[in-house]
Amino acid sequence: MEVHEYEAQSYDVIVVGAGHAGSEAALAAARMGNRTLLLTINLEMVAFMPCNPSLGGPAKGTVVREIDALGGEMGHNIDKTYIQMRMLNTGKGPAVRALRAQADKHAYHQAMKDTMEQQPNLTLRQGTADRLIVENGACVGIVTDTGARYRAKSVVLAAGTASRGQIIIGELKYSSGPNNSKPATKLSLDLLAHGFKLARFKTGTSPRIDGTTIDYSKTQEQPGDKAVHHFSFDTPDSHYLKDQISCWLTYTNPTTHQIIRDNLDRAPMFSGEIKGVGPRYCPSIEDKIVRFSDKDHHQLFLEPEGRRTEEWYISGLSTSMPEEIQHKMLHSVAGLEHAQLMRPGYAIEYDVVEPYQLRPTLETKRIRNLFTAGQMNGTSGYEEAAGQGLVAGINASLRAKGDDTPFVLKRSDAYIGVLIDDLVTKGTNEPYRLLTSRAEYRLLLRHDNADLRLTEKGHQLGLISDERYARFLAKKAALNKELARLNSVRVKPNAEVNAFLAKKGGAPLKDGILASEFLRRPEVSYQELLQFIPVPTENLDHNVVEQVEIQVKYAGYIKKEEKKVARLKRMEAKHIPDRIDYDAIDGLATEAHQKLKKIQPETLAQATRISGVNPADIAILSVYIQQGKIAKVDD
Amino acid sequence: MANTTSEFDTIAAISTPPGEGAIAIVRLSGEDALPVANRIFKGRDLQKVASHTINYGHIVDPDNGEVVDEVMASVMRAPKTYTREDIVEINTHGGIVATNHVLQLLLSHGARLAEPGEYTKRAFLNGRIDLTQAESVMDLIRAKTDRAMQVAVNQLDGNLSHLIKNIRQEILDALAQVEVNIDYPEYDDVETMTSKMLREKALAVKNRIEQLLATANQGKILREGLATAIVGRPNVGKSSLLNYLLHEDKAIVTDVAGTTRDVIEEYVNVRDVPLKLIDTAGIRETQDKVEKIGVERSRKAIQQADLVLLLLNNSEPLTQEDQALLDATKGKKRLLILNKTDLPVKLDLSQVKKTVPQQDIVPISALTATGVDQLEQRIADLFAGGIDNSQSTTLVSNARQIGLLKQADQALTDVLNGLQADMPVDLVQIDMTHCWDLLGEITGEAYQDELLDQLFSQFCLGK
Repeated sequence: MEVHEYEAQSYDVIVVGAGHAGSEAALAAARMGNRTLLLTINLEMVAFMPCNPSLGGPAKGTVVREIDALGGEMGHNIDKTYIQMRMLNTGKGPAVRALRAQADKHAYHQAMKDTMEQQPNLTLRQGTADRLIVENGACVGIVTDTGARYRAKSVVLAAGTASRGQIIIGELKYSSGPNNSKPATKLSLDLLAHGFKLARFKTGTSPRIDGTTIDYSKTQEQPGDKAVHHFSFDTPDSHYLKDQISCWLTYTNPTTHQIIRDNLDRAPMFSGEIKGVGPRYCPSIEDKIVRFSDKDHHQLFLEPEGRRTEEWYISGLSTSMPEEIQHKMLHSVAGLEHAQLMRPGYAIEYDVVEPYQLRPTLETKRIRNLFTAGQMNGTSGYEEAAGQGLVAGINASLRAKGDDTPFVLKRSDAYIGVLIDDLVTKGTNEPYRLLTSRAEYRLLLRHDNADLRLTEKGHQLGLISDERYARFLAKKAALNKELARLNSVRVKPNAEVNAFLAKKGGAPLKDGILASEFLRRPEVSYQELLQFIPVPTENLDHNVVEQVEIQVKYAGYIKKEEKKVARLKRMEAKHIPDRIDYDAIDGLATEAHQKLKKIQPETLAQATRISGVNPADIAILSVYIQQGKIAKVDD
Repeated sequence: MANTTSEFDTIAAISTPPGEGAIAIVRLSGEDALPVANRIFKGRDLQKVASHTINYGHIVDPDNGEVVDEVMASVMRAPKTYTREDIVEINTHGGIVATNHVLQLLLSHGARLAEPGEYTKRAFLNGRIDLTQAESVMDLIRAKTDRAMQVAVNQLDGNLSHLIKNIRQEILDALAQVEVNIDYPEYDDVETMTSKMLREKALAVKNRIEQLLATANQGKILREGLATAIVGRPNVGKSSLLNYLLHEDKAIVTDVAGTTRDVIEEYVNVRDVPLKLIDTAGIRETQDKVEKIGVERSRKAIQQADLVLLLLNNSEPLTQEDQALLDATKGKKRLLILNKTDLPVKLDLSQVKKTVPQQDIVPISALTATGVDQLEQRIADLFAGGIDNSQSTTLVSNARQIGLLKQADQALTDVLNGLQADMPVDLVQIDMTHCWDLLGEITGEAYQDELLDQLFSQFCLGK
């Protein structure tokens, strides 16, 4: 029977999908004063973690702090619900230190849902979006499978892997969203009808096992940190969790590999069953065995899924092998000989909006006031999704208010900026994961200075409260005061100092030097420096001390990167008008012409990053724009 | 009119045309024109002098303190300049070597070589030239680009780009190891990149770059010709030798665009060794006038020369002037040419022969053209080793490439210093990446994505 459609409520902003992207988008929209509807296929799936029960790590952890500094929720939510916290890369430089947390995935979902329920202006509703309402080239609402016609000034789609999702386990294949949820079967058809180009991606997850059947004695413990770390600027040190839960490390072995090899003909990855493109950096175990056949073992991390469950996630064992083989694989691993499978691992294929169809605001070029975010744009990872959700939510909100100023983070502002610029400029052929190596200015994009980089912007948007902003300014003032002091106080070359240096293996001082220069020596820490100069008048927070130390010690390298950024900024100031006609420009190389036309970069800097567009093309483009021909069209 | 753009970095080029002239001008334009010039200019602080002033001083190589030239530097601050950017014009003493050296120093101290038409392009972009002129600028840029593309294609087939690609690959391998340890800290099966390995890599690459830089001079010979001075006292036969060498079927080129010279130079091809004959005008001038040849003028020619052909009169005893020239050419690559062997021998060379190898003393008779074959053979033998194209030796000749290689070398020094100071590998990596970028500019390929591909093809990662 045909579903009768009816006119339902009107909103300022509608967000479709309540995963990590949708949650941030909806909260940002509501907090910016918009009446917001958040539509999800299943309310039990709000901010659900269908894969790893963890957040953070290199680049990703920085994104969580960036989201926090911009007034997003992910940092708060993980700080409320983590069960283990670890700082990674502590032996390396400040640019790549990274915080990672194991989440209680159930608590994480519940806490996010609670926050949204308490959020004024935000309506949380179960429902499936089937199609868009488009009038005069602008999206003005959506229609659900129950026939509700919701109207809005702007719409954010964050449908994740639900878009025509298909789960594959060995020979079994069925239509499904993540974790056996209901898939969204009609929305992508509607997008196709509107002329969008879609791609088919694949991702997967590992089996879950019963923790009471793990023999932990055959594995190595991976405990959390004793030292206090949190993701959010708001979380006080006193909240740091004492009773953290450990992860455990074990390995695959030649027997495991033989089991997989013997059954490759039943692996959907290799039988041709899976056509979607999978992520290189997050390969399934069968992919690893085939591609790296010389390795006789791979690491497996056993991660708890929560405080009140015995379900455990096996990191490193993503697979879509038949269930029968999954049992055998598991039992071949040390510590898992008697492990009971609770859920089989699976692969999932889903539709992706090819991201070159998006602007840096994440608005689609094809339909005005329509934004897309998250896995739907070809990324992978909760943090990548949340970062996009926040940016899409902010821009959708600005649009709903009639404000046409775009909110765009530059590559030199944030990892989120790198992520979105990569997506819309270079596109992606596989699920995209942020890596520190994707950021050319990673020393400037540290997790420790995310607040310094972005709180101002969050406050301007109205997403950071005045109260928090005042605390932030106080921190900044204390930091600058101490930096200034270290640049004026001197360390004298007395016996005490030189005895200390000798003990540390450093060269003795001959003359007095500035405290900052003294601190620049690799063997000297800030606390040690304080033995030789007066202590600061105010007691400094450990976050301020960390910042002082980093900014002083690595000043030389930071300056080098800032120089590179200054160069980039000049190119970014050159806007390419919307209505530029690439066909009218003589002299562009054919490939450059095609790429420019397809991607429609917004600045000269963006144009330089398109592969196939060479410096000569940029020169021609630059001159063409300056000639003013386009300006005439615009008038 | 458009606002002054500051989109472009600082560029430098020799701006005076080729031809005879007492001075040459090296022009710098861009935001950093003043600081860049200041780095190699000894005299008043150019950043503090008033705009539109001319300042006396010296160009000094900051690396070794060597004085390159005595110059006048004109400082013109934006916006009242040709490009509407800060401009410094350095007036040098004409000679191509000194002028090129000044340019070279600017390029290794922050400027980049201007592309053809780039000053004009900037003038336009900064609103100095009107729109009708802009069309022709467009054409100009396009034309030059096509040529630049051809050059790039040639380079891709060539030894140099192959070599640079190999070096870049080595750096990439090292970088990928650094990256993988950062992005996947929890994976212990990825080999740990120790600073020791990075140091070894940096040293190896630095060594190769320095070898390449050592060829810069040979490359220059190939491109610009072997600077050759013919010297000797009056009437010793310089002009006859010159005429013989310049025999019309041997003259290959008389002018090279893009370089500035204070004298017209003439080029001859001697058994595949391109000789650039210095101050041929001087030789001809003095031929007509019965004035004493300026030893000073010879000295100057000798200074610029890679090869000196010193003519002595075999039929007369050694004069003081001969002796002065012999002294002045000590330490230079030189051939002693004993002319007028058709006349009775009166020259006593027993003293000279103690210090000059027999094969570098070539008896000829320019009049009867005997011995000239042997002379040509000797010249070819002298330089064949260094400039034989068929050898695997890779040459760098172009000022842009040399400038980039020098910067890459500096970046590697920074890498080594960083490691010495116990800086974390991921910071030291900044300089290593910079080196990789600079080398990529030479070959025209520099994409961050390469690094990621490298990362994924070599390591088994992910969970």
